[in-house]
Amino acid sequence: MSAKPILEKLAVLADAAKYDASCASSGTVRRDSVGTKAIGSTEGMGICHSYAPDGRCISLLKILLTNFCIYDCRFCINRASSNVERARFSPEEVVRLTLDFYKRNYIEGLFLSSGIIRSEDYTMEQLVEVARILRDEHRFGGYIHLKTIAGADPGLIAMAGLYADRLSTNVELPTEEGLSSFAPEKKPETIRKTMASVRVGADAAIEAAKNRLIGKAKPPRFAPAGQSTQMIVGADAARDDDILKTATNLYSGYRLRRVYYSAYSPIPDASQDLPPVRPPLMREHRLYQADWLLRFYGFERAEIMQGARGGMLDLAIDPKLAWALQRREAFPVDINRAPREVLLRVPGLGTRAVDRIVAARRLGKLRLGDLAKLTASVKKVLPFIVTPDWRPGKLTDSADLRARFAPPAEQLALAL
Amino acid sequence: MNTPGDFAEWRSAARSLLTGGVAPEEVSWRGSAEGASLFGDTAVVAPAGAVSLPRELLEVAERVICHRDPETPARLYRIIWRAARDRQLLARTTDSEIDWLRKADKAIRRDVHKMHAFVRFRRLGEEAGRESFAAWFEPTHRVLRLTAPFFRRRFYGMDWAIVTPDARAIWQDETLTYGPGGTKDEVPGSDVVEDQWRTYYGAIFNPARVKIDAMRAEMPKKYWKNLSEAQDIAPLLAGAEARVERMREAAVSLANPLTDKWRTRVPEDLLLDDDVKTLLDVARAVDRCTRCPLSCNATQGVAGEGPERARIMLVGEQPGDREDLQGRPFVGPAGQVLSEALEEAGLDRTRLFLTNAVKHFKFEPRGKRRLHQNPTAAEIDICRWWLDKERALVQPDLIVTLGASALRGVTGKSASITSMRGAVHELEGGTKLLATIHPSFLLRLPDRERAAKERALFVADLALARKLAA
Repeated sequence: MSAKPILEKLAVLADAAKYDASCASSGTVRRDSVGTKAIGSTEGMGICHSYAPDGRCISLLKILLTNFCIYDCRFCINRASSNVERARFSPEEVVRLTLDFYKRNYIEGLFLSSGIIRSEDYTMEQLVEVARILRDEHRFGGYIHLKTIAGADPGLIAMAGLYADRLSTNVELPTEEGLSSFAPEKKPETIRKTMASVRVGADAAIEAAKNRLIGKAKPPRFAPAGQSTQMIVGADAARDDDILKTATNLYSGYRLRRVYYSAYSPIPDASQDLPPVRPPLMREHRLYQADWLLRFYGFERAEIMQGARGGMLDLAIDPKLAWALQRREAFPVDINRAPREVLLRVPGLGTRAVDRIVAARRLGKLRLGDLAKLTASVKKVLPFIVTPDWRPGKLTDSADLRARFAPPAEQLALAL
Repeated sequence: MNTPGDFAEWRSAARSLLTGGVAPEEVSWRGSAEGASLFGDTAVVAPAGAVSLPRELLEVAERVICHRDPETPARLYRIIWRAARDRQLLARTTDSEIDWLRKADKAIRRDVHKMHAFVRFRRLGEEAGRESFAAWFEPTHRVLRLTAPFFRRRFYGMDWAIVTPDARAIWQDETLTYGPGGTKDEVPGSDVVEDQWRTYYGAIFNPARVKIDAMRAEMPKKYWKNLSEAQDIAPLLAGAEARVERMREAAVSLANPLTDKWRTRVPEDLLLDDDVKTLLDVARAVDRCTRCPLSCNATQGVAGEGPERARIMLVGEQPGDREDLQGRPFVGPAGQVLSEALEEAGLDRTRLFLTNAVKHFKFEPRGKRRLHQNPTAAEIDICRWWLDKERALVQPDLIVTLGASALRGVTGKSASITSMRGAVHELEGGTKLLATIHPSFLLRLPDRERAAKERALFVADLALARKLAA
């Protein structure tokens, strides 16, 4: 391979990896290096060791093994037809970098992905080899996230699950049409099958742990931080409704821990048929909020879409508020009496505030002043709640309620 | 207090005050720098029995005592004084002192978390295969003792020291010790790997999505002076707009000349309908079937399974959750029921051909589950293409349909199972047909007695099938 200095390779292969949004290092089992006398621990909670000026957390060394790729996905900087500079690490180089960074406390671990070289199986084998060296030869206890290469042999995926904390397979585009026009080599059914084999592996490990005989060794864990995926938002014509539909299917079928939504952002040497626009960051943000409503607030997709228009979420206000404005008959709710599920639907109350309210009201009636100590902003919840010293009256049904929350429309620049 | 932020010292003082019944207003908490020590100007308090406090409060106090607010020891004492008289105190989140405690605790935990994140070790050297590192860090509060155990758990296999203005922690020879505070120049000013780290930091930054506020909220400026990558923030931001502009303006270049050569490696395994000649072809091609929309949500098409010359073909409705994940028919709960019933009826499952009327799983997502949905008549009719292929390839003597969907899949007509059950029908071409229920029906019966009765009937149907094929 090319004898590029490590610094140059790092620049190329980190640059190529930055379009993967995930940098999470949380949700895995607790491990430390006390027993192994080596290096590395995971504490359940992830740690962000730095932040880039794009506001994203840097928790893992996120790199590609190589950015050579035989696929030609239009949205990808590493597609075969791109003229981007290419580089390739050896597994040993990645191991060295990971350990060097880790010992200086720059990172929680490694997130390794790769362009497809030779074949899906060969590529997956290389990724697994890096994880194997880290775990077996260096007894590395830090976090490892491996990309699973869609279409790779299930046997390789099973091995990856033994070494990695998390596995991820990107669905890339939310609809089949999008995928077939933008990523001709990627087959949606192959991606889903790969996710299914991760889930089957995880289920089997859980089953084995349940059936373990007392006194026998614990069976090995399988990707204890679960699996995740990513969808690119704004590169194709998919609407928010399509995106959330795909997300709910994936959550229900493959027990995903997370679906990441990544606003399509312009790449160097872009393909002609892609929008050269600013990344739709607000749309991405609203999709994350909707995703949270699905997972932690008891909302169904159809309910979230009640606050949307033409299948697109309202960009000016958050999706819970947008829903509430369409369902005003459900409000106001009594802070002191409403059940938890109802409180979760009050715009402005998060899961933590709701838990605090439920705990605090056991010890006495909550008034507005008390509420101010339990939640970040009382102002936002006022139209939707009742306390002994507050009734919203006509405010709940007032026509300009949306205007109270939506940011003022930007003034158009006057043309001279 | 002699050492500000020392929990053991505060605890022993607070304990004797509390057991002695000294009210918070009578105590003045002062540091050693202020001349008089706590016990110097207080009458020695005689302990009067133990006072029990909620364990959670002591845990919080151990953290909060590290807070730099000079009022902290006094405030904490006031809270434990009250807690000794009010067991519910900690739950009173609307109480202003508890509110203060919660906020102070939050500040400490954040400081601990940031210290875990932003300590940066620099390499000192290596001796007998063991590397040693040192770090200089300036925490907002006195949290070194709260954080050192984390670094021990993480970096057990190397020696390290963390020096802060208040104190230092040293991990050497597998022992953790604490010492006095120090200065920045005790720690090396650079590290060889820092260049790589800064290169990484610059390369992972996406200039098209600048969000300075988000960065500063999580990595406040006060930490920047000890983070080597922070010196690159300003130049990265300054160049960001221009980089994005260049991306936008760059004319689309010609494709990489090696594209075609690279892409020849992409496997081509498309199979056209006309090429489907064996059961293996069916299994490969059914995955790509888009005759109906079910394929776009299911994981995979699940083809039939069994010997090519099987005498009996069992047709079910459609794959369920497990079948969809594993790509094999009848491996879920209903498959389990079927296997047991087959065994009772004296049929060897491995000698049967098992398949479904519809090859893709139809479901409704509900949180972390997928709820089975019945296929429509149209979906069954569309999918008959595959069932017919399997029938033509296997040529069974007898087909047993499990449930109404299977019956429609085989006959093309909707009929009730009750009207067809028990009798042997003949299909076009002479194949015999036996209709019975789907095993999942047995799983849905809440009444035990009825379930046992239905199950016996099901086994009887299967036994009949065995006789017919014999």
